[in-house]
Amino acid sequence: MSNSILELEVLCKNFGGVVAVSNLSLRIEKGFITSLIGPNGAGKTTIFNLVTGFLEPTSGHIRFSGRIVKHMKPHTIASIGIGRTFQNVQIFPKMSVLENIMVGRHLRSRAGILSSSVLPPFLRKEEKLIRAEAEKQLHFLDLSEFARVPAGSLPLGNQRMLEIARALALEPKLLLLDEPASGLNARETIAMGELIEKIKQMNITVLLVEHDMELVMDISDYVAVINFGKLIAEGPPVEIQENKDVIAAYLGE
Amino acid sequence: MKGKNSAGFLALIISIISIPFMVTNDYYLGVLIFTAFNCLACIGLCLLMGYAGQISIGHGAFIAIGAYTSGILTAKFAWSPWLAMLCGVLIVIVIAFCLGIPALRLKGHYLAMATLGFASIVHIVAVAAVDLTGGPSGIVNIPRLDLFGYVLSSDKQYFYFSWSVVALSIYIAFNLINSRVGRGLQAIHGSEDAASSLGINITSYKVQVFILSAVFASISGSLYAYYMNYIDPGPFDVMHSVLLVTMVAVGGLHNIWGALIGAIFLSLLPEFLSFLSDYLQVLGIEYQPDYDTLVYGGILLIIMLFLPEGIFNGLSSIIQFIRSSFRKFSGRAAGRVE
Repeated sequence: MSNSILELEVLCKNFGGVVAVSNLSLRIEKGFITSLIGPNGAGKTTIFNLVTGFLEPTSGHIRFSGRIVKHMKPHTIASIGIGRTFQNVQIFPKMSVLENIMVGRHLRSRAGILSSSVLPPFLRKEEKLIRAEAEKQLHFLDLSEFARVPAGSLPLGNQRMLEIARALALEPKLLLLDEPASGLNARETIAMGELIEKIKQMNITVLLVEHDMELVMDISDYVAVINFGKLIAEGPPVEIQENKDVIAAYLGE
Repeated sequence: MKGKNSAGFLALIISIISIPFMVTNDYYLGVLIFTAFNCLACIGLCLLMGYAGQISIGHGAFIAIGAYTSGILTAKFAWSPWLAMLCGVLIVIVIAFCLGIPALRLKGHYLAMATLGFASIVHIVAVAAVDLTGGPSGIVNIPRLDLFGYVLSSDKQYFYFSWSVVALSIYIAFNLINSRVGRGLQAIHGSEDAASSLGINITSYKVQVFILSAVFASISGSLYAYYMNYIDPGPFDVMHSVLLVTMVAVGGLHNIWGALIGAIFLSLLPEFLSFLSDYLQVLGIEYQPDYDTLVYGGILLIIMLFLPEGIFNGLSSIIQFIRSSFRKFSGRAAGRVE
């Protein structure tokens, strides 16, 4: 499988005596939607935090596009093309919806603190470009009518959409979505599923952590099941649904 | 700058131009010049506190470094005032960088602790390093600033000059806030995790804003030295740094105009209190300047209790309330006619 975009190689993470991730090896196929599922506390979010540089692995490697990712801060990881959202939505509540997405264009623009404060006329072109790109994302996610509204006043469903729009503005190669459907109603969940499929069509690989099994089985190309920090099964959704270990992990024996 | 901000900016320019025509008394003009120095430092501090979410209790020290560098280089070594001011700025940049890097790498308010310690060190050095700073007796014979060979000798000229610098700093601050960098800063304030997941280098941005705000303070200190022609350690103690933080907090943290209003309000308050004490004496009540602290505390308490978002936001929400209730009232009146 040379076509993998992200490879976890015998990854371990301990918090003191607690083993959150243990000897986990996993390949994420480029251009597909892979879901990471497992009971609460299985270590899914820890894996996200390891991949995006919020945590350092205790041992093992993470390889992105063939390159080992080591000792990188989250902002450097973002710059090599990994975008993410958070389990408990992390938008910038006081900024407008449009400004939130404009922050997502940070890495695609250059202005520094000196030029921004003293020479704004020279930056007008770049600002225009940032705004245009952000408006494009807003339009893509059907949020245009909220452009000037403070992001904190949006309903949760729209906040989750906004968080994804902001991550897309980064133009990532790999997008990590941490429970994008949690707290959404049935209709919003369907819309979220359609959005994730659209993201896949944009040639962005998606790694998804989600508890809504219907959504996971519906849109995923591959599913990896984790329990107590260990990989217990992986494969296409149909196989996973039949897997005895998975059923045991979810329902208990 | 756009919309309400440019209207506010215009109002500021008009008041700067017109005030010397109304205030002819040199003493009050002097008070207003001091106010400009405080405003300058507070605008920088507001960028740090309101937009990067960090507190510095050491901005008085940066003012002191600006003032002393200017004072020493001009009075003892006959440098040009402008060159001395630039030198002060460079020194402050280096110091802020060295202080900021370790303190801002950590989450939490470590910068407040670091700057507090730094402020007291600078004050002690200013008092004790007699050979360098003149100790408690200070430095005399600091020249006035010249502008293209034209010395700013009268208070009126200095008023215009120092307030132009304030206006310029407001312009710079608004440019910054409405830029890529400003959005990055607001993002950091909103959620550090989300900001870094979008590629924003949090430590670097915080350090840069800290340096910028220290530079504002340093320039304010240099201008102070050139205006007074004399400096001593008195005004540069830790309490002055605390006062600056209070000015920004009283005015409204998240708004440059708030910082400006807070700085003006607390700079003019002592004058107002002394005016009040004259009036009370006529009524037969003895008012001691010692009571100032009490009145200060009371005012701060009232503002923090009833206008926790600061004077600026408090006033704008009061105005909005009046406007909306007026609209409701006129709407009801119109309904009755129908």
